[in-house]
Amino acid sequence: MYDIAIIGGGVTGCAIARWLSRYKLKTILIEKHEDVASETTKGNSAIIHAGYASPDGTIRCKMNVKGNPMFDQAKKELHFDFERVGSFVVAFTDEDMKAIEHELKQARERNIPGEIITDIKRIKTMEPNISDKVKGIFYAPTAGLVWPFGLTVALAENAFENGVEFLFSSPVTGIRKTEKGFTIQAGEKQIDTIIVINAAGVFADDIAKMVGADDFTITPRKGEYILMDRGSCPVNYILFPTPTIVSKGILVCPTIEGHTFIGPNAQNQESKTDVRTTSAGLNEIIVGGRKLLPSIPIRSAITNFAGLRAVSNRNGDFIIEPSKVENFINVAGICSPGLSSCLAIAEYVVSLVKDHTTLKVEENPDWNPIRKPQKRLVDMNEDELSEAIKERSQWGRVVCRCETVTEAEIVDAIHRPIPCTSMDMIKKRIRPGMGRCQGGFCTPKILKILSRELDKPVTEITKNDKGSEMVFARTKQLEIQPWKGDKP
Amino acid sequence: MRRFIETDIAVLGGGPAGLAAAMIAHEKGAKVTIIERDFELGGILQQCIHNGFGLTYFKEELTGPEYAQKFIDKVKASGIEILLDSMVIDLTPDKTITAMNPEMGLMKIKAKSVILAMGCRERTRGAINVPGTRPAGIYSAGTAQRLVNMEGYMPGKRVVILGSGDIGLIMARRMTLEGAKVLCVAEVLPYCSGLVRNFVQCLQDYNIPLHLSHTITDIRGTDRVKEVVISEVDEKWMPIPGSEKIFECDTVLFSVGLIPENEISLKAGILLDKTNGPMVNEYLETTVPGIFACGNVLQVHDLVDWVTKEAERAGENAYNYVSNLDRGGKLLKPIRTIPGENVGYIVPQRIDHLKEEKLVQFSFRPKSPDKDCIIEFISRGKIFDKRKSKHIIPSEMLNFQIKVNPEIVESDITIHIKKAPPKVTQEEK
Repeated sequence: MYDIAIIGGGVTGCAIARWLSRYKLKTILIEKHEDVASETTKGNSAIIHAGYASPDGTIRCKMNVKGNPMFDQAKKELHFDFERVGSFVVAFTDEDMKAIEHELKQARERNIPGEIITDIKRIKTMEPNISDKVKGIFYAPTAGLVWPFGLTVALAENAFENGVEFLFSSPVTGIRKTEKGFTIQAGEKQIDTIIVINAAGVFADDIAKMVGADDFTITPRKGEYILMDRGSCPVNYILFPTPTIVSKGILVCPTIEGHTFIGPNAQNQESKTDVRTTSAGLNEIIVGGRKLLPSIPIRSAITNFAGLRAVSNRNGDFIIEPSKVENFINVAGICSPGLSSCLAIAEYVVSLVKDHTTLKVEENPDWNPIRKPQKRLVDMNEDELSEAIKERSQWGRVVCRCETVTEAEIVDAIHRPIPCTSMDMIKKRIRPGMGRCQGGFCTPKILKILSRELDKPVTEITKNDKGSEMVFARTKQLEIQPWKGDKP
Repeated sequence: MRRFIETDIAVLGGGPAGLAAAMIAHEKGAKVTIIERDFELGGILQQCIHNGFGLTYFKEELTGPEYAQKFIDKVKASGIEILLDSMVIDLTPDKTITAMNPEMGLMKIKAKSVILAMGCRERTRGAINVPGTRPAGIYSAGTAQRLVNMEGYMPGKRVVILGSGDIGLIMARRMTLEGAKVLCVAEVLPYCSGLVRNFVQCLQDYNIPLHLSHTITDIRGTDRVKEVVISEVDEKWMPIPGSEKIFECDTVLFSVGLIPENEISLKAGILLDKTNGPMVNEYLETTVPGIFACGNVLQVHDLVDWVTKEAERAGENAYNYVSNLDRGGKLLKPIRTIPGENVGYIVPQRIDHLKEEKLVQFSFRPKSPDKDCIIEFISRGKIFDKRKSKHIIPSEMLNFQIKVNPEIVESDITIHIKKAPPKVTQEEK
């Protein structure tokens, strides 16, 4: 019997798991996919918002304002890539100027640093390629960039090392209320637990429905992105257009690894799994991005992708509350600024567990807040690298040349506390294949390293979930299906 | 302690360009070091197990590995220093290279001259903004070629290929021979962008349909590719609604162009041209004195034979540079070469030395196919040389040695590819 079962291994679920791990609780996190950060956490803008934007009085406003400053301490403890680069909201018209003045007012009321700059020369010095049509900007220096995979993995690994269990590749198909709590059908397994925390992203309403705790619905809102090659389209700050009611608009934004992305658009849809990009959508974000930065060289794009925001029917606000079913807590509708809020949400959810459930919560004296990060070439100077190669020759072999990832890092990733068993899992830890050649050169090499380290044939190595095997067979061993001819 | 190596000429890359350049420089008498990131020499030729290599250079038909081996044997016997499994991570304008490998660790290599021969990489799906999902089963044609020919694995059973470049055509045949079904090759251009012989021998001979003026407009499937949608495009490459064709398949291969790999060149402060390769002078010397470039890192070639010839020039020129030989009449202002009518780009981009009349090798590509053309070389508004060509297509590079005379040529040279005026027959007169 578990004390707590968290459903969903996105950044929200993993942050909650990590916060719960400081208490003497038997906690399990249940994830549908083979890895954490596999849905909404995988496709978003990777921004830690300053917190001025959300409307007054909303939960997401409270969480964003509280959550942003928490990143400094979390970075010290967990070691993930995070940097406060600052953001611009760019105004082109008098109406836009009024809108950014409103944002300045909200920022002041919330004690968030920020200023309006109308000195075009100064703006151009800060962001040389910004559109000449700029009239003024609202500058918020505390906005930051984070690597969502690094953050989520760090939270999960620290939770794991402090005793939280993880159950992967186990979709929840049913939840039964029992005398003492709940029985969750997760893949092949049945999990008995006193408390359920529902952090199931776009599926949170479906999960809540299983016990009748669904007094809300979730609408997936797709956002598409284009990632530009390093150096092809440099920007210094996160550039937002003046926002509309639906979204913060299509932005041009640096990533913490030195690429630049444009996007997202915002399209409500029915499907909770459809994350394909479309020609129309990609064109929309190119047009949108060029309003801020006219010189975007679209030929230097290296990939495009889409993600789904989980938007609640409560005016799009977060739903973080004990449900009408005792000991069942909903953490739902975590759309933007969810990533910025995840640490504050986790803290708040723990307080809900303390105050609104039947569980006794005691501090764990052995809790270790520090997560030892994976050693990476990008963090080393030449002397350190030289020493590392001497100690272990795999540090001297670069496997992914675009992102400069060595064999040692790939092997280490495979043997981390939460071990990597697929191409995407490795990619989400140390980035091979995320650069300009998109895995063109390193894919065959990583396949072989995975095969060697896991002692599994290459034909069983997957891109991510089961069914995504990378190759079918050895050559000369392909089972040839008789060809029945093309349909007329 | 870091290892320190001194050499006359450091060659970055041990593919066909690097091997040929190194060999010539060594034969002239320079101390040469080749730095290669893979476990073996030969570069991408090692995975090109089809034939058709060497017809121009060796006057015989070879496979890729056979062609490479001829140079590898010579280089290995020569005593040229070869660093394998070695990655160059930095190059400075004063020609200090930082490299590393598992055995020797981090190294500093100080060279008097550097030859860039890093080759190219494949353009990705993202660069041409193909929409859809991102399941397993999406590969670049070159990655699939490596998996099949070198690692021995089949990445697909039912395949759609986008792009009729040579690698796409070769892989259509290769996958077919290995038992896969290649449903079609789609090409956005209104003509096949690979060599004619590859179109005939790889598609026609195997009844693989080529859909010209088509592109992929959707990729479907969650875990593995399930379906691909191709659509016809208009002159502006915009998909025409209603022209969609759906193919049930498990694999998509992208063969949509090659991009010179100049990340190291940029670190050295070398200026690049629109070819994505370094701007070079008539000695294939980049904008940093003493750093030369050849092969696909300079311009993407269609035949390896031309890579070898270009690399041999680079090797000889690098030797002349380190030997302080007089390179003849350094011009105060270089002569620029300017792509004119139907010319995509020109290598070299400039002529730096011109004391007396000399032969200069020009390589360039037409922008679009044409027949019965006249190629004009113009300076000061005057045609100083012209050549005829019966057929020109963008997939076939044009190479000409042209006499350049300082008394005729000044400031810049423009090259036009023009339609030849129709021949006037006796009767019409």
